Amino acid sequence: MQTTRLALASAAAAGLLLTVGCTTDEIQEPETTDEATDAAEGDWFVQADYEEQLAQRDIEPEGDPATPWLQAIEPEWIDTAEFAREGGDATVCFSNASVSNPWRVTGWITMQQQVKVLQDAGEIGEFRHSDAADDDEQQISDIQAFIDSGECDALIISPSTTATLTPAVEAACASGIPVVVFDRGVNTDCAVTFIHPIGGYAFGADAAEFLVDNLEPGSKVLALRILPGVDVLEHRWAAAQEIFGDSELEILGDEFTGGDAAEIKNIVTQYLQRGDVDGIWMDAGDGAVAAIEAFEDAGKPYPVMTGEDELSFMRKWKETGMTALAPVYSNFQWRTPVLAATMILNGEQVPAEWVLPQEPITEAELDDYLERNADMPSLHYAKFGGEDLPGFPDAWRDR
Amino acid sequence: MRHLRTASAALIGGGTGTVFALLAAIFIAVAFINPGFFEWPSLMAFLKQAAPLVILAAGQYFVIVSGNFDLSVGALVGAQVVIAAKLIDGEESRTLPVLGVMLLFGLGVGLVNGLITTALKVQSFITTLGMMLVLYGAIRLWTGGAPTGSLSEAFRGPGRRGIEGVPLIGEIPWAVLIMLGAGAAAIWLMRTRFGRILVATGDNDLAAELSGARTGTVRTVAFVFSGLSATVAGLLIGGYAGVSAQVGEGMEFTVITAVVLGGVVLGGGRGSVVAAMAGALTLEALFTLFNQMFLPASIRPSVQGAIIIAAVAYAAWRRTRRPVAATATVNADPS
Repeated sequence: MQTTRLALASAAAAGLLLTVGCTTDEIQEPETTDEATDAAEGDWFVQADYEEQLAQRDIEPEGDPATPWLQAIEPEWIDTAEFAREGGDATVCFSNASVSNPWRVTGWITMQQQVKVLQDAGEIGEFRHSDAADDDEQQISDIQAFIDSGECDALIISPSTTATLTPAVEAACASGIPVVVFDRGVNTDCAVTFIHPIGGYAFGADAAEFLVDNLEPGSKVLALRILPGVDVLEHRWAAAQEIFGDSELEILGDEFTGGDAAEIKNIVTQYLQRGDVDGIWMDAGDGAVAAIEAFEDAGKPYPVMTGEDELSFMRKWKETGMTALAPVYSNFQWRTPVLAATMILNGEQVPAEWVLPQEPITEAELDDYLERNADMPSLHYAKFGGEDLPGFPDAWRDR
Repeated sequence: MRHLRTASAALIGGGTGTVFALLAAIFIAVAFINPGFFEWPSLMAFLKQAAPLVILAAGQYFVIVSGNFDLSVGALVGAQVVIAAKLIDGEESRTLPVLGVMLLFGLGVGLVNGLITTALKVQSFITTLGMMLVLYGAIRLWTGGAPTGSLSEAFRGPGRRGIEGVPLIGEIPWAVLIMLGAGAAAIWLMRTRFGRILVATGDNDLAAELSGARTGTVRTVAFVFSGLSATVAGLLIGGYAGVSAQVGEGMEFTVITAVVLGGVVLGGGRGSVVAAMAGALTLEALFTLFNQMFLPASIRPSVQGAIIIAAVAYAAWRRTRRPVAATATVNADPS
C-alpha cells in the first residue's frame, strides 16, 4: 500500500513537472531570460536594421494616405507576370500562426472582410485558412497540406516563429505558387513579397523617445514586457535600451508579465511600494489599464506612459488626461496580403519588401481615433483600417 | 515539555508549523529591506493581492487532502472572468445575474470533475488536465480568440475597492474580508464530520470505506469546493485587474505549490487547511521579497518548480524513514 501510494505520488509529481514544462514555456525560465537580455546587444539588435527603421519613420510612403494598407515605404517594385492567371475566382490559401491575442483577432476579422470584398468582385473564389494555434509543428504541416492539395493559386503565410518556419516557407516557394509572407518574417526572401509595418525597433524607439522627451532627467521608468524571445517584441525593447542608454532616465527594471493584467498590476503595485515610478514603457498594450489602475489604487500621480493603440488603453488615457502615447504596430497590415495576392495573380507589380507606414497615435489624434472607434469593444485596435469595408462596424463589434 | 517538543518538531519537521516559521522569516527579510512594507496601506495591498491565491489554496486543499489534484482551477478562473466580461458587457444591472451564472458554472465544473474522477474512476490528474484544456479551448472558441465585453464597476468592487476611512488602517479591501470569511468557512468545514472523513479518505480510502465512509461523495464535494473557490478567486482577480486574455494562466501550478509549501502531502491524508492558506501567503510574500531584492519576476516558475520537487521528495523521504505506526498519530490533527 505504502509503495503504491508513493509511486502514485511520484507519478503525480512527474506529471506536475510536465505541466510545469508547459507553463514555463510561455513565461520563460530565467536562464533563457538572461540569455535574451544579454542577447539584446547581440542576437536581437542589428545596428543597421535599427538605423534603417528609425530613418523609415521619416520617409513619406508612396501611395494614397487614405489607404495606408496600400502605401509602401521605398518600394522596389518587382514583376509578377510569371504568376498571372486568367479567369478570376482564384483559390487563396492562408496559413495563420494563431488568433491567440486581441491584436491578431482584430486583424483576422479585417482580413476576412477584405476577402469578402474581393470575392464579390470575382477576384477570389475560395478562401481557405488554417490556424496553427501558435504551434510551429502544426503550421509546418498546415503549409505542407496546402502545397500537397495542389489547389491553392496563392499562399499567404503569417509565420509563428522565424527560424523554424523558414524551411516550410521555402518548400511553399519551391512548389511554384506565389507566396506572400506577412507580420513576422522568415530567413528567406523566396516569397514574392514580405509585408510588414516598419517594425519593432521603430515601435520601441517611438515609445522610448516619448518618455525621454516628456520626463525630467533622473526620472524613474519601469519597463513592462510580454515575453522574451519573439523578434518583434525583442526589437522593441532593444531599441528602447539604445535610447534609454543615451538618456538620463533611470530604468528601474524590465519585467515579463505575460500580458496578464493581474500580474501587471501586482508588479506595478510592488514597484510603487518600493518607491516612485514616473514613467511606464510597454512593449505592447495588453493590460496597460491594469498598470494605470495600480497608480490609482496606490494613490500615486499618473505616470507618463506608452501603451499601444488598443482601445482600452486609449479610453483610459482620455478619461484620465494623462500624458501618454500609443505606439502602433499597424493592424491594417492584415488587409494587405489578400490584396497583394490578387495583384500578383493579376500579374501586377508588387514591392519585393512591402513596408507599410507605422505612426504612433499622439494626444492630438486621440479624440479622432476614439470617435471613429466609438462602437468598438475595448480589446480592439484603433488603427485597424477597416472602416470602409462593408462589414463595418458589425463584424468587429459583434466578434 | 512534551508540548514544547511537539512545537519545535512541528516548526522544523516540514509539517504544518514550518510554513509559519518560513512566513515569519520572509516577513522579517522584507521588513529588513523595506520597512515601509509594514505600513497599513502596503500591507493591505499585499493581502488584497494575495487573497485570490489564498482562497484557491483552501479549495485546492480539499481536493489534495482527499488524495486528488485539481489542475483545472487556473483555466476555470480565466473562464469565469471572460464569461463575466462577455455577459456583463459594461451593464451595471447585469452584475448580480451574471454572478449567479458564474456560481452555477463553477459548481458545475467542480461537480463534473468530481463525478468523472469518482464514478468513472478516471485519475484526477487526467480528469482535471482534460478539463483545463476543455475550458481553455471552449473559451477561445466562444470569444473568437480574445476576450470581449467589459466588467461593470459593481463587479470590480470586491476585488478592487474596500471600506474606506477606517481609523489607523485606512482602507480595508473587500478582498481581505472575503479571504478571512472563506478561510473561516474552510477551517470550520475541516472540523466537521465531512472534514474528518475527507482526511481519512485521502489517507487510506479502503479503510475509510470499510468503516462506512462514502469516499466518492466526499471526494466529489471536495472538487465542488475547488470549483467554488475558483469562482470567488475569479471574481476577485477580475475585479482587481480587469479582463485580459491571460487571466488565470498558470495559477493551478502556483496554487499547488502554495498547498505543498503549507506541508500538505500530495497523495492525500495529511496537512491542515490553515497551513495550506498560509502556504499561499508565504508564496506571495516570497514573490514580494524577490521584487524587493530586485530579482526579475521570471525567476518565479523555477522557484515554484524547486519547491514542488523539494516538498514531494521530502514527503517521500519521510515516509520511507518513518514506519506506518507513526503516520497514525501525525494524521490525528486535520485542522
